[in-house]
Amino acid sequence: MFWTYLRRELRRRARQAAFIALGLALGIGLVITVTAAAAGVKQAQASVLHELYGVGTDLTITQPPRQGSGGGTSFGFQQQISQVRAGVKNGQIAAGTKISVNDLTSAQYGTLASAGLAAIRRQEHVTGVAGGLALTDVTVSGTVPALQSGSGTFSSNFTTSTFTVDGTDLTHLSLGPLSSATVTAGAGLRPADASADDALADSGYASANKLKVGSKVDIGGTSFTVIGIVAVPQGGSPPDLYIPLGRAQAIGKAGSASLKGDVNAVYVTADSAADIQAVQQEVSRLLPTATVTDASDLASEVTGSVGSAASLAGNLGTWLSVAVLVAAFTLAILLTMAAVARRVREFGTLKALGWSSGRIVAQVLGESVVMGIAGGAIGVGLGYAGAALIDKLAPQLSAATGSPPAATTAGPGIAGRLLQQVAAQGTHTVYVTLTAPVTLSAIGLAIALALAGGLLAGAFGGWRAARLRPAAALGRVE
Amino acid sequence: MYWLTGVTKEYRGRETVHALQGVDLMLGNGAWLAIQGPTGQGKSTLLQVMGGLDRPTTGSVQLDGHDLARMPEAVLTRVRARSIGFVFQAFNLIPTLNALENVAIALAPLHVRNGERLRRASDALAAVGLADRLRHVPAELSGGQQQRVAIARALVKDPAVLLADEPTGNLDEDTRDEIIGLLQSIWRERRFTMVIVTHDSAVARPAQLHGLMRDGFLTLTATPQVVGPVQPGTDAPAVSPELS
Repeated sequence: MFWTYLRRELRRRARQAAFIALGLALGIGLVITVTAAAAGVKQAQASVLHELYGVGTDLTITQPPRQGSGGGTSFGFQQQISQVRAGVKNGQIAAGTKISVNDLTSAQYGTLASAGLAAIRRQEHVTGVAGGLALTDVTVSGTVPALQSGSGTFSSNFTTSTFTVDGTDLTHLSLGPLSSATVTAGAGLRPADASADDALADSGYASANKLKVGSKVDIGGTSFTVIGIVAVPQGGSPPDLYIPLGRAQAIGKAGSASLKGDVNAVYVTADSAADIQAVQQEVSRLLPTATVTDASDLASEVTGSVGSAASLAGNLGTWLSVAVLVAAFTLAILLTMAAVARRVREFGTLKALGWSSGRIVAQVLGESVVMGIAGGAIGVGLGYAGAALIDKLAPQLSAATGSPPAATTAGPGIAGRLLQQVAAQGTHTVYVTLTAPVTLSAIGLAIALALAGGLLAGAFGGWRAARLRPAAALGRVE
Repeated sequence: MYWLTGVTKEYRGRETVHALQGVDLMLGNGAWLAIQGPTGQGKSTLLQVMGGLDRPTTGSVQLDGHDLARMPEAVLTRVRARSIGFVFQAFNLIPTLNALENVAIALAPLHVRNGERLRRASDALAAVGLADRLRHVPAELSGGQQQRVAIARALVKDPAVLLADEPTGNLDEDTRDEIIGLLQSIWRERRFTMVIVTHDSAVARPAQLHGLMRDGFLTLTATPQVVGPVQPGTDAPAVSPELS
């Protein structure tokens, strides 16, 4: 009886039922579209981050330099001073003394023992951990000039060159700066190269320094062979050279200390985005002095149309969805209550026949829920159509990084260094195509909203029907 | 048995309306009472109070010893579902359901299985002469046929009481006579208590008891044919002499 009555009633009010269902469908379709667009923007941001920073990771952990370690100014000169002392005469460096300082140093970052990675790996929700060494090779060379008598001045002929080197963990190539790079010439580094003096050169650096596959490059006083040229797609600010982590640990220095067994950057991936915060807290607990940077920290530094799209989806889209949903729910409730008002005699008669208020409410609720489900089904279709429309019509989005405030606020972490490098090199722009993927959770949300809309409308309508006194309901007919 | 004592009903508004002003009535099982009176004198209100559709302001309405005036709503709903059948002037059929479904709907609260429900509804419609109209919706039926469906709906649950409010008010004279004849024949066959409210003397005439409603007061008189002592198991109604 319930279904027969429900079906016939909906057929009688087909127009109104369709109107309510379409109203709900519109709201739900919009929610799905906005959710899909937001997911698309998130993907675009992730893609931008990946391409601009080459960090295929959820968290990046760095350690500020220790007090007294020499900090950023030592550049390992202490080691070289002994060479210079040989040329000191009467407390002065003799004119004509040749000085050549070549040092591969972790001056900007404190170090972490590789063994500490195991502790991070043991944390819940951690799926991948890789260590790396972000190093700077500094070469200062020249000849000590003669003092000009009387003036006490001299003209310097020292030259300084620096380039960045990344010590890459070859057993975890999907994490760290090399993860987003593609080999454009030669070969990539493989786990078997862990102890080889092989290097990869970034295409930009290689081009500027006329490096090609087979070229020799001096890193920290050791000659490396360039076995491949890699490129980070569409710009970014990658390290100039990549070498195996083990070799970087052997050659590199932190002040005068060896980096053997140490890393200065740790890349971590979590089970899911939802777990990142928990992992971040755990890592902060394990390494209280470390700087833990997550993707959202980097995302906040992205500007351009990706940023605008993110803010559009996040703000306008959400509020528009909420507004349309509220309007659709209100419409459904009002129309259902109006329908109940028109059926007062019917419900009065049913009460006279011994139908309980609960049974009548269930009938009204059933009708509304069916309308809600129909609206939900149409809404999912509309949502897919909206997402498809975004896929088809959305313009290419751009994202830029490197604005001075971003670099300033990025702090001393790897992200900060990368941002500072980008800032120093000017604004970098990446273009991405916006897609709007409809996820299962979005469909689940749509179904929940459809049911909620139906239940809400039915509850109000049913409440009104249940309140009717049978005599009053029948009396209204007369 | 119906036993109404001191039943009053007031509607409070800008001006309080005293629809019932102390109605006393004792009506034995199987009696047929016709209440007449001009419009607005409290006839329909009395019927609603007797049917548990409304509660009196004061007084008690006992049906087989249970006071409908003080019953919890859920119990009262069950009493309406099992024991009381209603027939309305405007038929009050559900427009989207066919005749069979309109009758079967009265059995829905009694948890009768679907097959049994349809069988009983079909029998009830056959009893009112509509065996060939089972699948017709109300719009496809004449006024008389619609009222027959309404009578079948009221009687399908085999109630102890049938309350009819102006059952022929919307019908022409010929159809009116048909409906009254039908009610009379079914009442004779089944012996339920029947109360009909009407302002039409032709409808009231076959009843055993006649009541007159005026200004919220009920004056009850027995018809000449049934005056006499209560005769359980016969057509004679139980009516207390002091109320006649």
